[in-house]
Amino acid sequence: MSTDLLAPVRARFDLPNEDPRKIFAVAVALCLVCSVLVTATAVTLRPLQERNAAQALRREVVQVSGLGGRGMDLDAAFRQIETRLVDLDSGELVEAADPDTYSYRDAGNDPARSSALVEDPAGIRRRPDLMPVYLVRQQGRLRRVILPVYGQGLWSTMHGLLAVAPDGRTAKALTFYEQRETAGLGSEVASRKWLGQWTGKTLIAPDGEPVIAVAKGNVEPASPNADRRVDGLSGATLTSNGVTNLMQFWLGERGYGPFLARLNAL
Amino acid sequence: MEYNQRKLLFEPIVDNNPITLQILGICSALAVTTKLAPAITMSIALTAVLVGSSVIISLIRQHMPSSIRIIIQMTIIASLVIVVDEVLKAFAWELSKQLSVFVGLIITNCIVLGRAEAFASKNPPWPSFLDALGHGLGYSLILVSVATIRELLGSGSLLGVQLLPLVEDGGWYVPNGLMLLAPGAFFIIGLMIWGLRTWRTQQVERAEYRIRVVHRTDAG
Repeated sequence: MSTDLLAPVRARFDLPNEDPRKIFAVAVALCLVCSVLVTATAVTLRPLQERNAAQALRREVVQVSGLGGRGMDLDAAFRQIETRLVDLDSGELVEAADPDTYSYRDAGNDPARSSALVEDPAGIRRRPDLMPVYLVRQQGRLRRVILPVYGQGLWSTMHGLLAVAPDGRTAKALTFYEQRETAGLGSEVASRKWLGQWTGKTLIAPDGEPVIAVAKGNVEPASPNADRRVDGLSGATLTSNGVTNLMQFWLGERGYGPFLARLNAL
Repeated sequence: MEYNQRKLLFEPIVDNNPITLQILGICSALAVTTKLAPAITMSIALTAVLVGSSVIISLIRQHMPSSIRIIIQMTIIASLVIVVDEVLKAFAWELSKQLSVFVGLIITNCIVLGRAEAFASKNPPWPSFLDALGHGLGYSLILVSVATIRELLGSGSLLGVQLLPLVEDGGWYVPNGLMLLAPGAFFIIGLMIWGLRTWRTQQVERAEYRIRVVHRTDAG
């Protein structure tokens, strides 16, 4: 029975190699086998990869939280950090979904859970209605809030975490944990040295306007704007502009602005 | 046909090295050799793809229509590269981030397609396996050597372990920043090729032309 079923297939493969029917049969068979191979690998390894990505994100969160010292267990440190969801329009913390499994990337692609942007400096097209935030408390007092931020650089969407002081206006730390900018130039956006400059910078003016920006060239320490400018990345103007734009967006009215304004109530 | 198995396996390591003699795969040899760990990972990834694709192509070589053989080879290589990339993301997340696009670029690595087209599509699986493994090891040897020199001189460490204490940490070693840039790899590979061709003079290419005096006009 099975040999009968395979007979037409075998007949195809018995044809001379240059017969068009054989060429077609070989191409189809190859595509089938290769696609099954690739799909099977992707599907079976997906859970492991997602676990790795989640673990890597937790490591980044702990790193900007200021909690994880040398030798500190990552999971122990992360348990001290409270993950919550914030409704960006109202700026209130909400219980609408499980914050541990909430993915702002999925939400940003889902028209039911995001809104299209008219003004879109960060280049993200749709903004999720809810974003996760990480609250770092010590002895009951809020020390930092960690805000996921993302936006378009030159080649890629850069994903980062911005740690803000309890005043809601001062940067504590910044990291970009996912970016594919030009290696050696724009990729410096993820270097410790450049990110280190952000600590202590003023992000938002007292009137609520985002003022932080990446400068063109180096920042003159004596200039009146020095507390709200970081050095530009040399050879990577578009990546630098991308960082400025995503900061302007996420710290503004459509981003975390309303949430940061009511931070002292937490 | 008789195959000299020893020659198939060992010739590509020194005498017919894909990087230093055939001058292939230079892009990844420059890009992933600033540190030893990604260079080792890249070597394993490329060797795995090379061996896998060569054996598969050799197995189906009788049924490969010559009009579409290159695209068949590319499809097989590309599928294997995706598999390797997924495996790295699952089991070596940090390294796969460091290697970023370069694992994907194995698809365009001339060594892989070169062996598929020049050897595996004309020879049985076992010789193809040995040939691919030999070329993979030849590539790995150069990558690991270059990365060892670059990481040691550029960062004072090997596999992330600090061997030469850096000045900025209170030690004595001033790292050579050139080693961390692409030109550093160019210099090292160039010096290696020079050294190898001085040792094995049969690797020196014959000059394509020579300047000779064919006519002379004496002034005055």
